[in-house]
Amino acid sequence: MIEFIINNPFLAAVIALVALGLVFGAILGFGAVKFAVDGDPIVDQINAILPQTQCGQCGYPGCKPYAEAIANGDAINKCPPGGEAGIIELANLLDVEPMALDDEHGVEDVKKVAYIREDECIGCTKCIQACPIDAILGAAKQMHTVIAKECTGCDLCVEPCPVDCIDMIPAVEGTGAWKWDIPDRNPTYNANIIVTDRSSLDRDAGDSGKAA
Amino acid sequence: MLSEFAVLLVGAIFINNFVLVQFLGLCPFMGVSNKLETAIGMSAATTFVLTLASVCSYLTYTYILIPLDLAYLRTIAFILVIAVVVQFTEMVVHKTSPLLYKVLGIFLPLITTNCAVLGVALLNINQQHSFIESAVYGFGAAAGFSLVLVFFSAMRERLAVADVPEPFQGSAIGMITAGLMSLAFMGFAGLV
Repeated sequence: MIEFIINNPFLAAVIALVALGLVFGAILGFGAVKFAVDGDPIVDQINAILPQTQCGQCGYPGCKPYAEAIANGDAINKCPPGGEAGIIELANLLDVEPMALDDEHGVEDVKKVAYIREDECIGCTKCIQACPIDAILGAAKQMHTVIAKECTGCDLCVEPCPVDCIDMIPAVEGTGAWKWDIPDRNPTYNANIIVTDRSSLDRDAGDSGKAA
Repeated sequence: MLSEFAVLLVGAIFINNFVLVQFLGLCPFMGVSNKLETAIGMSAATTFVLTLASVCSYLTYTYILIPLDLAYLRTIAFILVIAVVVQFTEMVVHKTSPLLYKVLGIFLPLITTNCAVLGVALLNINQQHSFIESAVYGFGAAAGFSLVLVFFSAMRERLAVADVPEPFQGSAIGMITAGLMSLAFMGFAGLV
């Protein structure tokens, strides 16, 4: 058999190449198992930047699905709560050009929290079901209230309330979140500087918020 | 002995630079040189692949193809070796640095078709290098590739904001720059 192969160069060539292919295939197969990537790590990084309001203004049912959509090439400018600072951070992470917030999905607003006028609340629990992050406390036929510290200001509880007793009020900002609104004297000239300053202020506010 | 390696290394990096003197591997040279960071990532990946591929193809040639009298199959066998090494690198990069993986994109698998990789493997055989010489030559070729890629991308970052006449904008001025760099590298010809 071996003699036959050696005397038959064509057969030897075929066998040698097939054997090489098999060995390399085995190496790659081993590598694929050893270096298997669970999920797409970039999704987690994007998700960490998104504000986690779970408001759905981007058109996706929450921040994680939007992060997955961004990883698959969706536009990064559909998140009003994240605002310009969020878009710039996403652009840096993904190595793309920052763009303006898409008006279709809402405008960047001051941070708000929901407030329930408690003497008007009838205890229907409809807002509790609507809240994506469980920041509303209460039970059937008992008065409800909002845990202001947990509330992301997503607006979703306002619509279902049958007695319209929920207001969105500007969040009370402590010293940690305080920022100096620089007067906009010459918007065309100063535009760039103000954007940079603001985004760094926002980041500072976020950091001290985490520390507290 | 050591000085021989040094000569081989310097020769591969400067005198016979694979991109600017031998004109191999021009696709990634033009393709991933838009940003310095990407270029550095690509250089690292290519260095790894080139060194490993030249060693692996030397081993394949010496211990499999020569004993079986199949030297005429070297091109096919080398392409097989290179494809495996690149695939393996891609897996490792995907696992360790997803961002680099995303940035390099299609250029990472395209290292397979980087003719510098196959060129080094074949030149090693032609010039009858030993095992260590093959490794040194492969690494030198990769270092030369990295060097000019990083230089070139640094220049292109400046070209992006330079006032270039309209007909020369974009790739055209890149090509001209590459040509001028090539001319400059010709100057190393008498070094050793």
